[in-house]
Amino acid sequence: MTERLFEGADWDFHTLQRITDACEEVALKDLGLDVYPNQIEVITAEQMLDAYSSVGMPLFYKHWSFGKHFAFHEASYRKGLMGLAYEIVINSSPCISYLMEENTATMQTLVIAHAAFGHNHFFKNNYLFKQWTDADGILDYLDFAKNYVMQCEDRYGRIEVERTLDAAHALMSHGIDRYPGKKKLDLRAEEKRAGRRRQHEEEVFNDLWRTVPKGVAKSRSTLSIERRRKLLGLPQENLLYFLEKSAPRLAPWQRELLRIVRHIAQYFYPQSQTKVMNEGTATYVHYRIMTKLHEQGRITDGNFLEFLGSHTNVVFQPEFDDPRFSGFNPYALGFAVMQDIERIVTRPEDEDREWFPDIAGKNDVMGVLRDVWANYRDESFIGQFLSPKLMRHFRMFHLHDDPEERAGIRVDAIHDERGFRRVRRELARQHDVGFIDANIEVVDVDLAGDRRLILHHHVIKGSQLNETDAKRVLQHLADLWTYDVALIEVDANDKVLREYVVSPRPIPAAVA
Amino acid sequence: MPIHIIDRRLNPGGKSLENRQRFLRRAKSLVQGAVKKTSQERDIKDVLEGGEVTIPLDGMHEPRFRREGGTRDMVLPGNKKFVEGDYLQRSGQGSAKDSGPGEGDSEDAFRFVLSRDEFVDLFLDDLELPDLAKRKIAQTESEGIQRAGYTMSGSPANISVSRTVKLALARRIALKRPRKDEIEELEAAIAACTDEDERTELLAELERLKAKSKRIPFIDPLDIRYRRFETVPKPVAQAVMFCLMDVSGSMSEHMKDLAKRFYMLLYVFLKRRYKHVEIVFIRHTDRAEEVDEQTFFYGPASGGTLVSSALQAMHEIVRERFNPSDWNIYAAQASDGDNSYSDGELTGLLLTEKILPVCQFFAYLEVGEAGGSAFDLSDSSLWTLYERLRNSGAPLSMRKVSERSEIFPVFHDLFQRRETAQEKTAP
Repeated sequence: MTERLFEGADWDFHTLQRITDACEEVALKDLGLDVYPNQIEVITAEQMLDAYSSVGMPLFYKHWSFGKHFAFHEASYRKGLMGLAYEIVINSSPCISYLMEENTATMQTLVIAHAAFGHNHFFKNNYLFKQWTDADGILDYLDFAKNYVMQCEDRYGRIEVERTLDAAHALMSHGIDRYPGKKKLDLRAEEKRAGRRRQHEEEVFNDLWRTVPKGVAKSRSTLSIERRRKLLGLPQENLLYFLEKSAPRLAPWQRELLRIVRHIAQYFYPQSQTKVMNEGTATYVHYRIMTKLHEQGRITDGNFLEFLGSHTNVVFQPEFDDPRFSGFNPYALGFAVMQDIERIVTRPEDEDREWFPDIAGKNDVMGVLRDVWANYRDESFIGQFLSPKLMRHFRMFHLHDDPEERAGIRVDAIHDERGFRRVRRELARQHDVGFIDANIEVVDVDLAGDRRLILHHHVIKGSQLNETDAKRVLQHLADLWTYDVALIEVDANDKVLREYVVSPRPIPAAVA
Repeated sequence: MPIHIIDRRLNPGGKSLENRQRFLRRAKSLVQGAVKKTSQERDIKDVLEGGEVTIPLDGMHEPRFRREGGTRDMVLPGNKKFVEGDYLQRSGQGSAKDSGPGEGDSEDAFRFVLSRDEFVDLFLDDLELPDLAKRKIAQTESEGIQRAGYTMSGSPANISVSRTVKLALARRIALKRPRKDEIEELEAAIAACTDEDERTELLAELERLKAKSKRIPFIDPLDIRYRRFETVPKPVAQAVMFCLMDVSGSMSEHMKDLAKRFYMLLYVFLKRRYKHVEIVFIRHTDRAEEVDEQTFFYGPASGGTLVSSALQAMHEIVRERFNPSDWNIYAAQASDGDNSYSDGELTGLLLTEKILPVCQFFAYLEVGEAGGSAFDLSDSSLWTLYERLRNSGAPLSMRKVSERSEIFPVFHDLFQRRETAQEKTAP
């Protein structure tokens, strides 16, 4: 029989080392995970609160809003309204996991398995993280950002810097590239492509095309509008990027600040799209590792029960009429779907064979899961892998609330044969950032006239912007743009629903 | 794969302190308002322990583009009885308002905890003793030491090594003192040299270099520099605050409470703001005694009223311990205004002759019964007396207080930062 990792609740640094080694063995050998090197740091509750207020990062530039969040978290923590997370993990290489010193030995094991292996594997392998984040560079970048902001404060004054950062923060949710940009080709590649195109034209040449009548030639003015938009890269949904590149009167350091905020927003973008999967992966991994350690006799029955207690709390999903209900719990949903995938792969029923012909009965649980973890995000993950059995288990139903409907809120679909696909599609959509964030883009600038910046908000399902907030954000935007800004809310038929026009506030002191 | 386990618990805490200060600075006016509001409701002692304040979130709002309204679709768990096509009644009136949790502007007020220091700082902000530091500067404990460049002489402990070495180096370069490697090079050349003539030449050269390096020392006493310090006088104003309180039988519990609150504020204010303020507590009935702060605030006492006894006691203490030419003297008196009829003249005399001439500032606080508006009552004997004195030009400030909530505004009024404290008229 193998040696116990620890007895009771106490731990020291040797225990942590043994625990990590044991978890690593299971994670790499049994589960075949592929992780960044780990760095585990033990911190106090106060340090945890610190980390909370700077979005979990170990170093960050200074700004009053972080102080506000800290004060807020601290107040609710002191009153006992809020427990602290057991851990925080950072998508960096080495992958840093923070453990709270108050945790018992069992909890530390759970947290190490969860963060240092579960999250870590997800960060390293999921396509979104690979595409958008640079795990090796993030800490250096944050360090640079912190110093840069500090230098700017010394040079241009705290108030000036704060004003710029306030404005940038307000636009942060619209400072993200949603699609990877096209790479500029070098000359050689361009030449090659031109050659291929010519070749293709030669192959498919048909003189008949010449006889097809051409459309009406574009007028000169349309052409010039199109040309102008193209020069400015419009339409552009990344507002911060647009301002950084095109705002006429920003100082270079202000552009750099916008860039910093934009980069950080981009760094967090994958996390908001993979909440269910990320937590599901980590929960699934810690569950597998803990169970294995218990089977090996390295954890006592008592400690295992303690683990099961916390695990059950984590994956608890209250029902909709429960006072504790606050939406789907990403831990519960993610874990349930992954366990369900395990079931489908190993013990499929007829229904599963029909719904998941690709994976049913494939028997390679980890292979399938690793593929899922690497290639999906929440929306596609739920859209593909939420099984009828799970929908029945959660007793899911879909409500459609149309304010125009006098009769009330309609139950549109429930967990039955007719409803499975619709429920699943709706739930997937709820996790699609494309539907969650307002779709706002810069469409035009009146360069020849008063330089007014024109934005469009494409309203989906009649859901318009909150007026007070929209005005405030636009004020910030106008301050950065330094000319008038107009935001037009249009619905799918291009009908104008509402129009905001905001003028910049006068700048109190000349910006250096 | 190596795993690093790091203990960060010993790292210095308060990493977010600076962010917090920024936040407080930004929210200063809001927090200050909240602090004052809180302090009216609570016991002074609790108030000064710091604690939770609530500020409206409005000024600290971080706006974002948020969407609201429109048709909504949601998938929920836990269906029990619904089938497709059922209609649920909307609960209540708001169809857009009762949206999912976490949405909407639920936090319109923002609660957080201030530390004791932060709280008191904000609480006492913009208060100051009037006309402080007007008179003599005390000699003791008032000299500071300050760096003042370099000097050629001094004690060995003050040698500035970097400056000395720099000068020595400059001198050696200027005088072309041969470097060690030059001599070594030459010696090597001599060892390798075969030609006799050249060898003698080289030897002579070596001799010359060695002599030169002996003549020009590595460090010359001329190079040595000492750090110079200067003593600078730091002006320290000496001040003493007399707290006079009536604790006689005519003072009801409520009045005593008001008076004590006032002094508690004064006490905290002085303790915190001025290192060099001495505080003397005098309480009186028909007799006056100097007491320590504990007795002053918490000790029980009862009896008749002779205001002059307190003034007499103050006068004696001033004569014994606080020479008016060396000390700034302040006094604050709290009373219900009652005084034994026969005592009025003596009180007036003491005040005008003995006390006011030596005082920089004399504040009188008249406490009244709860509910009774201070303005309706006919003026008390003491008030009438003091008012007469003030009208004849005595440096006297007077206020009336009958509610707890008035304490802070009145206190603030008496001690706010201004050019001349006496100019304002009493309400």
